[in-house]
Amino acid sequence: MPSGVTVRQAGPEDEVAGVRPRWVALPETTEEVAAIMTAAAEHDLAVVPVGGGSKLHWGSPPERCDVLLDTCCLNQVLEHAEGDLVVRAQAGVTMEALARTLAARGQELALDVPVEGATVGGTLATALPGPRSFRYGGARDLLIGITVVLADGTVAHSGGKVVKNVAGYDLGKLFTGSYGTLGVIAEATFRLHPLASERRWIQAHLPVRHADESTTPGTGPGPVQGYASPSARGGPPQRKATLATVLATSQAEPTAVEVNRGGDDAACELAVLVEGSAAESRAEAVAALMPGATVGAEPPSWWGALPDGDVLMELRFPPSRGEVVLEAVHGLGATVRGSLASGVLWLALSPSESSPERSSESSGRSSESSEKLGSEKLGSEELGREELGREELGSEGLGSQGLAGLVAGLRARLAEVGGRVSVLASPYAEGLDRWGEISALPLMRRVKERFDPGRRMSPGRYVGGI
Amino acid sequence: MLAELIGRLGEVLEPEAVITDPVRLRTYECDGLTYHRATPGVAVLPENAEQVAGVIRLCNEYGVPFVARGSGTGLSGGALPRTDGVLIVTSKMRAIVEIDLPNRRAVVEPGVTNLAITEAVRDQGYYYAPDPSSQQVCSIGGNVAENSGGAHCLKYGFTVNHVEACEIVTPDGDIVTLDRADPGYDLLGAFIGSEGTLGVTTKVTVRLSRTPEAVTTVLAAFENIEQGGEAVSAIIAAGILPAAIEMMDALAIAAAEAAVACRYPENAGAVLIVELDGPSAEVERQFALLSQICSKAFELRVAEDPAERAAIWRGRKSAFAAVGRISPAYIVQDGVVPRTSLPEVLAGIDSLSREHGIKVANVFHAGDGNLHPLVLFDDTEPGAGERAEIVSGRILDLCIEHGGSITGEHGVGVDKARYMPRMFTDADLDTMQLVRCAFDPRGLSNPGKIFPTPRLCGEVPGVRKGVHPLVESGKAEQF
Repeated sequence: MPSGVTVRQAGPEDEVAGVRPRWVALPETTEEVAAIMTAAAEHDLAVVPVGGGSKLHWGSPPERCDVLLDTCCLNQVLEHAEGDLVVRAQAGVTMEALARTLAARGQELALDVPVEGATVGGTLATALPGPRSFRYGGARDLLIGITVVLADGTVAHSGGKVVKNVAGYDLGKLFTGSYGTLGVIAEATFRLHPLASERRWIQAHLPVRHADESTTPGTGPGPVQGYASPSARGGPPQRKATLATVLATSQAEPTAVEVNRGGDDAACELAVLVEGSAAESRAEAVAALMPGATVGAEPPSWWGALPDGDVLMELRFPPSRGEVVLEAVHGLGATVRGSLASGVLWLALSPSESSPERSSESSGRSSESSEKLGSEKLGSEELGREELGREELGSEGLGSQGLAGLVAGLRARLAEVGGRVSVLASPYAEGLDRWGEISALPLMRRVKERFDPGRRMSPGRYVGGI
Repeated sequence: MLAELIGRLGEVLEPEAVITDPVRLRTYECDGLTYHRATPGVAVLPENAEQVAGVIRLCNEYGVPFVARGSGTGLSGGALPRTDGVLIVTSKMRAIVEIDLPNRRAVVEPGVTNLAITEAVRDQGYYYAPDPSSQQVCSIGGNVAENSGGAHCLKYGFTVNHVEACEIVTPDGDIVTLDRADPGYDLLGAFIGSEGTLGVTTKVTVRLSRTPEAVTTVLAAFENIEQGGEAVSAIIAAGILPAAIEMMDALAIAAAEAAVACRYPENAGAVLIVELDGPSAEVERQFALLSQICSKAFELRVAEDPAERAAIWRGRKSAFAAVGRISPAYIVQDGVVPRTSLPEVLAGIDSLSREHGIKVANVFHAGDGNLHPLVLFDDTEPGAGERAEIVSGRILDLCIEHGGSITGEHGVGVDKARYMPRMFTDADLDTMQLVRCAFDPRGLSNPGKIFPTPRLCGEVPGVRKGVHPLVESGKAEQF
């Protein structure tokens, strides 16, 4: 390893999806990242970048991992150009720290972070959509400039610190959601928004028909009937407007439309966020669309957080099919949460909770207690996994085969409505197709080959074993 | 090679879809940037993705370059043809394939015009947000290639923020779908704005937006441009995000007056057009704030209906063409600076103008710091064109010095490729080239655009001297 860069021996806590690296490197500058990458290239060492480590167990285990490149010391907010609504930060800055800095000046990065402890780099590398991505777009839409270090140590920039910019290829988009397989994100520049003056959450229960209930057309909940949808006046009649669609297209302009179901027996909770000026009157307009709605200044406890579970899936679908998807996943014993407006649902399963007889207990937990549990849980979960081992987990709960089958079935069901399923995290790898078919996979492989011909950047972690 | 290829185009296309007549070919010799011209070797008018793929596969077979062209309204020469290549014109691919309002989407072919999408859904209360000023004629395929913006992108973003998926034909001739909802690399994000160098778009899934409940357009007239600039900063500082903030200086106002009699307030040193949109209650509050902020304006006009709004926008929208009334020739520049640098950069442009004796009219998207200086000159005066070029180029240097960009929406094309090394390092450009090589290892897709003399794919980085041996031996072509 290059001199001047802090490096330590890796321990069990540094494992990447079960693979233990040899060293952990702790660079403090982009130049040090480049020095590490150059050294790794000289010695053919495989590198996995890590930020807060909150999603390090996600994805497939790396084919090999010699160096864990920990960005924790790249923790400076480099520039906050308030008048330009732009911030430039090092990759290791936590999203919480960044939010504090910006909030002090009445601004925010309008990017929800569904996992605690996440950093700028990790947030970009995994590109999870949060509730407000419905209004503001995702990480790739708010990123305006990036500095990356490639596998051979090359430092490259694209974009800049102006929002409007079409000079050259947008490497930022390419690296956003690349799971550390193309290079190391060292710095990022984002466009900001003024912190909303007011926020209101409108909450109600979403009537959803269950798969095992009778489906007489026109009766029962199911696709919501009778709402005055803008599409009712024209357009093809083949798709009915659902409540989520009506909310998403309301001229009160909600920022997010989220749903949560804590388990098969739990009610389907719907929460809509309205933010900005005149939030109260706009919230009333939204509430008028939702039977039995209440308006408040606080979010529900589950708002914006990933559901808990060993297995985490992401379902994407055309937003109008949200209620069909909710039906399709009923009976799996999963906690389901996500954005009906954007057509993204997360589905969390825990092996011990996955049998139909047992209902999930995760619903209704206050955000405070789940925070406390969060820090303790990591340790106990890992312990549990080691004690049980894969075989036993398999016999007790879902198991590799069971999960692979469940995912295949769900994928086929989602495909019928133009949707897809990705497995973000799973302790079972065997026989599991985490990502499903991707039309552009051959092109993605070619991009990987160009950026990382030696397969040293998080090899095997992402789609198609990229 | 080209002649052989032309001979085989009949395998893919109907005879009338192949244009070889030199007179007809001249229709396509330039795009909106008219001082770069080249007659294409052959032009083809495919009707579907399979035909585009067939043409591109033939290009591969013969090693012939190809360029895609939509409506030809681009302002950076991005659709400048190759005399030794094929021009793929998408004007026959004009179907709106599907409108799916519950999912706020439309699927369209690349030749559909930007405005046609909005027109198809307007009555149902929807629109397509990106609105480049050429929106009546420019094609959505061209918008994808250029990542087009428009006056309202301050609040709503660019083409890349409003496209959900693209079906493309890769430079190898494969038909591939790049979908935002798919896991894996965001190749859609990389493709949009790649100016036709990564393949040809054959279908676009755009996101439709709900028409805002209220729109209020305000015209504020100031004695000078500094006061206008202060108002812009104050609007942003107040936490207002208008749909658009546009500014014009006295010279641009005079041109617009001469051309379309826009009747902006007399003796204005600068006018600001601010458009607020959104829920009525929000727009009302923001308008109250805005009125306070514009207290230095000597006149404030408020448009509340579409006709009044159109009257305010007429002067702004005509500005580019209007300068033709006050100057025999002009260069439209496109640069970006951080909004807070606007006063300094405008002062810099003013001194450049005086130094070189070249007038510059300023029209710009003030909200996002996107300048469109119109560099005016008399092309019959010896040396004037050269001086205008110098001023135009120095304005880009000013943008770069202030941490901005050499193009906010017109693209790099052939026009600004030589400025790329001023904004990016060799390592940056080489890294971008990796993307190019992944998509187009043979460099057949719109070669010569964006990048100044890039190295060949597969070549080891390092200082290159002289002509590449492969080029010299005729085995490869520099692009």
